[in-house]
Amino acid sequence: MSTDSVTWPQAETSAHPFVDRLHEWVTTVDHKRLGILYIGYALVFLVIGGIEAGIIRIQLIRAHNDFVSPQVFNRMFTMHGTTMIFFVVMPLVFGFANYLIPLMIGARDMAFPRLNAFSFWLTAFGGLLLYFSLIGANGLYGAGNAPDVGWFAYAPLTSRTFSVGHSTDFWTLGLLVSGFGSIGTAINILATVLCMRCPGMSLGKMPLLAWLNLVMAGLVILAVSPLTAAQLMLLVDRYLGGHFFDTQAGGSAVIWMHFFWIFGHPEVYVLVIPAFAFASEIIPVFSRKAIFGYPVMVAATICIGFIGMSVWAHHMFTVGMSSNANTFFVLSTMAIAVPTGIKIFNWLATMWGGKIEFKTPMLFCIAFLFQFLIAGLTGIMLSVAPFNWQLGSSYFVVAHFHYVIVGAIMFATFGAFYYWFPKMSGKMYNETLGKLHFWLFLIGFHLTFDFMHIPGLLGMPRRIYTYEPGRGWDIWNLIVTIGVFFQALGIMVFVANLLWSYFKGKAAGSDPWDAWTLEWSTNSPPPVYNFASIPEVKSRRPLWDLKHPADPDWKYE
Amino acid sequence: MRGGKNSNTVGLFQMFGFVLSSAAIAAAAKTTAPPLSPTNIFAPASTPAKSIFGLSIFVLAVTAAIFIVVFILLAYSVVKFRKRNNDDGREPPQVYGSNQVEIAWTVIPILIVVALFMATARVIADIQKASPSADAVEVVVIGHQFWWEYRYPGLHVVTANELHVPVSDPQHPTPTFIKLLSADTDHSFWVPRLAGKTDLIPNHPNSMWIDPHDAGLYLGQCAQYCGTQHAKMLLRVYVEPRDEFDRWIQLQRQPAATSDAVYEGRRVFQTTACISCHTVAGTVANGRFGPDLTHLMSRETIAAGAAPNTPENLRLWIQKPEAIKPGSLMPAMELTDRELDAVTAYLETLK
Repeated sequence: MSTDSVTWPQAETSAHPFVDRLHEWVTTVDHKRLGILYIGYALVFLVIGGIEAGIIRIQLIRAHNDFVSPQVFNRMFTMHGTTMIFFVVMPLVFGFANYLIPLMIGARDMAFPRLNAFSFWLTAFGGLLLYFSLIGANGLYGAGNAPDVGWFAYAPLTSRTFSVGHSTDFWTLGLLVSGFGSIGTAINILATVLCMRCPGMSLGKMPLLAWLNLVMAGLVILAVSPLTAAQLMLLVDRYLGGHFFDTQAGGSAVIWMHFFWIFGHPEVYVLVIPAFAFASEIIPVFSRKAIFGYPVMVAATICIGFIGMSVWAHHMFTVGMSSNANTFFVLSTMAIAVPTGIKIFNWLATMWGGKIEFKTPMLFCIAFLFQFLIAGLTGIMLSVAPFNWQLGSSYFVVAHFHYVIVGAIMFATFGAFYYWFPKMSGKMYNETLGKLHFWLFLIGFHLTFDFMHIPGLLGMPRRIYTYEPGRGWDIWNLIVTIGVFFQALGIMVFVANLLWSYFKGKAAGSDPWDAWTLEWSTNSPPPVYNFASIPEVKSRRPLWDLKHPADPDWKYE
Repeated sequence: MRGGKNSNTVGLFQMFGFVLSSAAIAAAAKTTAPPLSPTNIFAPASTPAKSIFGLSIFVLAVTAAIFIVVFILLAYSVVKFRKRNNDDGREPPQVYGSNQVEIAWTVIPILIVVALFMATARVIADIQKASPSADAVEVVVIGHQFWWEYRYPGLHVVTANELHVPVSDPQHPTPTFIKLLSADTDHSFWVPRLAGKTDLIPNHPNSMWIDPHDAGLYLGQCAQYCGTQHAKMLLRVYVEPRDEFDRWIQLQRQPAATSDAVYEGRRVFQTTACISCHTVAGTVANGRFGPDLTHLMSRETIAAGAAPNTPENLRLWIQKPEAIKPGSLMPAMELTDRELDAVTAYLETLK
């Protein structure tokens, strides 16, 4: 190769024809590009899932509304749930993990770049397959269209008897395919964190984000496998005459519940642990203090991972388990409150005595803390099996898990967007728009999800396309729906901010937050090879050591 | 049902309740007609719901206390440790952790969890381990897409959608034990003021019990997504004084009324597909797929509570079920106007 080919000026490469650039993105195995692909893909589905949520809420704005038919409503809540869990939050989690882990552990890429690309495209095709049901699921019966079995698709509603056409097949295949992608990425994250750390970075000196994603990846492998097995069993039932879940031929509906929730509950931790990871990186930097109790934070996370595998049947308190089984799952579920509480206290202790700067990422993290606290406390209420017999499957549960997924996970993830946007794009976001997004979304979130608890307490079950007047639910549903518009406005401001800042924003420089982890030591955006020379670290905060040579961390750790 | 020990605990829990901001909701329990909602879980009227209410007030009190403590810590940190305008630009002292405080905020939550767990385990046992007494009424509830079938095996009564049970005097309890079955998909029986919900799952018989202390109509609805019309699978439980309940049972045991005045309607009913799905006791109609119509007129609603049982609604329901309950499994019968009038008139005689 001639030498002048590597000294081509920058302008020359960005003037590639569009087709060439598209080709580069489609065929890329670079962890940063794949990370951005995951994130961009998740944002597209976030908008789609949000529109579905809007349709649900408009339908429920008053009693006996007829904005959509019951059939459409049932498809909307099924698609909303499936989309948000599998094609929004999972890809967001994987996208950030992909982008950040190699940079934070001083590596040049993930352990298996091709597997990485393969996993992303599987996930992407899984989402497309799910949405292809809109045009492809009609089948001979003509009753297909989008799946309408709910996102946990309880048997026997998914059997050929009750779900004619192919909509359930698209749901099954979409999740099956994206599940393989998730397992591929999880293996990749495990291998990367365990094998690709730069010299000096022992496990105990990894940034918490790497630690937490390591636990997340382990959970993905343990949790997604049963889901994959269950989807295959369902396909066997539907196409090869199997009777796993076919209650009319002696199958068991309850077995599906066990399979689904032994995936479904760890899945919550798969999604929330990376949110913890974002908070654990952002809160210290904007409090200007090292994370409080690093080893305890790691231990608590591992603890959550282990206990999280033994709590699944708290989703099944109403299915008629024995009192002994109920009692066991009450205990295991309550036990998980202890390590979770430890984490909240450690974040508070990190802020304690610091100098807190209220930049947009930190605002989102403070709201995350507040909302995660409430989500945890309503979680304790739901863990009390008898209370759950009243609250389960009601709007109280819907409010609770949206508090976890939106109030905790999405808020922390928005924090991560603003925190790492300068690194990913090289441009600074607009702080005013960022704060506008924060306040709009905060108001919308609380209008929607605070008030959503109340109809649950007043006996409103979830998944009903309409309700009777005179139950005292009307006013609360109206408020809940109003909140959605604020959230939608917030998301518009967010997207506008990303686009505007990408094209017009000021250059961010390599370290805009005066932060301490390795990703801030390289350019923004980082070059393909990440680091010109592989860094060497002596402590958990290598950049702190560099900036404070007289008072380095490694003296205390 | 249970001894006085438990009701003492309930009283203690209720004391906690009034400390809370939710006391307003809880106070609704004192009145028979709850002002907020006929399906308010904080207005219990039966022992299982009352035990749950007592426990939930305890849990609410504990979680509210935790919330207040942690929220104050968070608010204090945010205000006190914010970066000031006159900041000197130096980094604050770096603190890496402290074993003492870590142990403190591990042990205290463990103690709280133990207390919550003990209280919970006791209520689980109280509710789940109760067994039917000799005076108990037994009902089998069978969930269908999208209606409820009720069978009283000891009393030889079959009805649908409106459950009748006797009042249970706490001194001489006559609880109702309910066996829960499903004919098709999963459903869930939830009348919040009487008990928590229990699912009806095919091939998986469940049971629950209620002992309503006051007469009245208690509302609820299916709480497990069961298909297109999950929303209009409503529950109506009529709690009646014992003598009234016995009269109702006597009425339900009568054979179907036969009146020659509605001969035409009966003929249409018995010669169309109606009889494939519906039963009218003592006639050729013995279908099991839809609700038993033997005493249709003793019910206040049709279509599982979706509409009041008026002649106009009944006629519309036979003519065009989609108008009342889109997606219901009742087909439009495609009858002529005259046949419709006749069948409606016939059904009107099934008192």
